[in-house]
Amino acid sequence: MSEKRIIKYYEAIREAHAESLSQDPSVYVIGLGVPSPTGIFGTTKGLVDEFGDDRVLDMPASEGGMTGVALGSAIAGERPVMVHMRVDFAVLSMETLVNQAAKWHYMYGGKMRAPLTIRMIIGRGWGQGPQHSQSLQAWFAHVPGLKVVMPATASDAKGMLMAAVEDDAPVIVFEHRWLYGISGEVPEGRHVTSLEGAKVMRSGKDVTLAGFSYMSLENMRAAEMLADLGIDAEVIDMRSLTPIDTTTVVNSVQKTGRLIVADTAHTEFGATAEVVASVVEQGFEALKKPPVRVGLPYVPTPTTPALADLYYPRAIDIARAALKLSDNDQTIEDTPPVTPWRDVPDPSFTGPY
Amino acid sequence: MTSPSTLENGFPSANTRLALYRDMLRVRLVEEEIIKRYGEQEMRCPTHICIGQEAAPAGVSTHLRREDEVYSAHRSHGHYLSKGASLKGMIAELYGRETGCALGMGGSQHLIDLDAGFMGSAPILASTISVGVGSAWTAKRRGHDKVIVIYFGDGATEEGAFHEAANFAGVNKLPVVFVCENNLYSVHTPLEIRQPNRKISELAGMHGVRGLIGDGNDVDAVWRLAEVAIQDARNGNGPSLIELATYRWKEHCGPNEDQNLGYRSDEEMAEWVEKCPLARYEKILVEENQLSEAIITKFHLEIAQEIDEAFDFAKSSAYPKPEMLSRFVYPEMRESS
Ligand SMILES: Cc1ncc(C[n+]2csc(CCOP(=O)(O)OP(=O)(O)O)c2C)c(N)n1
Ligand SMILES: [Mg+2]
Repeated sequence: MSEKRIIKYYEAIREAHAESLSQDPSVYVIGLGVPSPTGIFGTTKGLVDEFGDDRVLDMPASEGGMTGVALGSAIAGERPVMVHMRVDFAVLSMETLVNQAAKWHYMYGGKMRAPLTIRMIIGRGWGQGPQHSQSLQAWFAHVPGLKVVMPATASDAKGMLMAAVEDDAPVIVFEHRWLYGISGEVPEGRHVTSLEGAKVMRSGKDVTLAGFSYMSLENMRAAEMLADLGIDAEVIDMRSLTPIDTTTVVNSVQKTGRLIVADTAHTEFGATAEVVASVVEQGFEALKKPPVRVGLPYVPTPTTPALADLYYPRAIDIARAALKLSDNDQTIEDTPPVTPWRDVPDPSFTGPY
Repeated sequence: MTSPSTLENGFPSANTRLALYRDMLRVRLVEEEIIKRYGEQEMRCPTHICIGQEAAPAGVSTHLRREDEVYSAHRSHGHYLSKGASLKGMIAELYGRETGCALGMGGSQHLIDLDAGFMGSAPILASTISVGVGSAWTAKRRGHDKVIVIYFGDGATEEGAFHEAANFAGVNKLPVVFVCENNLYSVHTPLEIRQPNRKISELAGMHGVRGLIGDGNDVDAVWRLAEVAIQDARNGNGPSLIELATYRWKEHCGPNEDQNLGYRSDEEMAEWVEKCPLARYEKILVEENQLSEAIITKFHLEIAQEIDEAFDFAKSSAYPKPEMLSRFVYPEMRESS
């Protein structure tokens, strides 16, 4: 059993679906393109052959109404998983999620439950542009009654999705498209990881790099750059927005005194602000410097790669921020991109998606 | 409501037919050039090719004036070009250059050319339908003599926003023409598992919108239906929806074929290729002596040159400068520290 089983993030999601479908007959997976031959970037590919078209379903292009249908079926005893290829399409279902699903358990005095899981994919790169790449997780986290999680590893991709399906709350799982190709150790069979709690990915003593989703990866890269310069960064993967685990971050800052928080979204009114505010409230004395937030500039996503390349913060930006925060005047040379533009996760990606 | 006789049997004049043919040919050749060059990886944006669906925008646009407005969605190249919008602006937009029709901000999914009355395209399904209706409402309130045409696919009619917009257009008798290109699929999902067995055009009547239906690969038929719908809109007789049966030849998004995926049969594809709007029309016009080999060659040469110029223009244009990143956002950005 000591043999490590390494699979990709997208394969881990597929496994979570397959496992949930086989362990609980009330689970179904629905969404535009779910049973399609390409299967939501491979995450639902072939499931329809295994589990049948009454459990792995396509749907009309009616995100708003269909979310209500899923909610109704959840109330009636099923455990739906709805998939949106882009967060930007899921906003058509805001009414149902915000007014209904989030409150169903509460507003009927705990008599009803809505065990609904919604996967939303954050796009990035190859000119996804203003309407195919938004990171709107903070919108949902602002609404009491929803659990909002952002798995950043292959293990959590499976473990948190399975946990979401088993959970009685409506859970929104945000997946970043650029995580799909990363690999990690993932157990076979039922694998559930907690929907709450941040995780220390790398321990260090000089600066705390907390991050959400794909930015946890950039934080790890930044930590490597910093290690070369003698700075020992602690990297914390936040994992979920609600509930948010600021204790782990405060504990880290007690040690390092310096905090950088990175998110895939705009910093304004976002999850980074929540983390910073909590650390200031709970661990103010430990801070040696004002915390730094890393996120998207407060503008929509430009389509042209010439501007998109400037739009997304990278590991080097985080590392440089950490240097500055450490009053360290060493410099880091940027490496030229291996592709003509930095708008692809790796060179094998040749568009359009 | 009485229908003008053209609905049954009218044909465009010989000159109009040549223009329709040339228009479809131009869209086809532009799309083919995009396909040819997409692999060079310089058009770095999601791009939805409209080959096989050229008849709809050609047949509709011949009835439109410059000040008439067009709104579209993700598969908009034909709608844009047939309305007379700038080819150079479109190609430069796909190349992400500062000379693009949206200055590189939008790419293929966000085309615009206000001078040509192409008001914008956006890929969120059905979203531009109500926006176009809003423009039609304003035209009516202000007494502007213009017609608004809104293109979308069969998939978009499943969104609530479509029905809400159609209802409002119907109750207010707005000067709008909804053009639904029914190509039988939403990405890989066939129509029959998404909608019951009735025509999309039949939805229109319930919203107080006149429903019309026809062969979207027969440009004469499109021309006839569009004439009726656009006349009605112009004369204050209210909105119409034209459902046009057609078919997408390429993959949903991108330059390739996708028969390998197996979601549609080779027989089905072959049937529709047989019904190619361009080849079919060329044959008819040649048979009826309205089009000669010489003119066909001339059109090809002219269009090829125009396309070359557009690609040269795009590729020699500069990328947007860094300060453009935050140029057009509210609230206006201050100098950053
Ligand atoms: C609200 C929303 N949901 C899903 C999508 C993803 N999507 C883009 S195009 C498309 C298919 C639309 O089909 P149709 O309207 O028939 O147009 P076609 O592509 O066939 O031209 C889908 C599902 C989207 N853009 N917007
Ligand atoms: Mg379609």
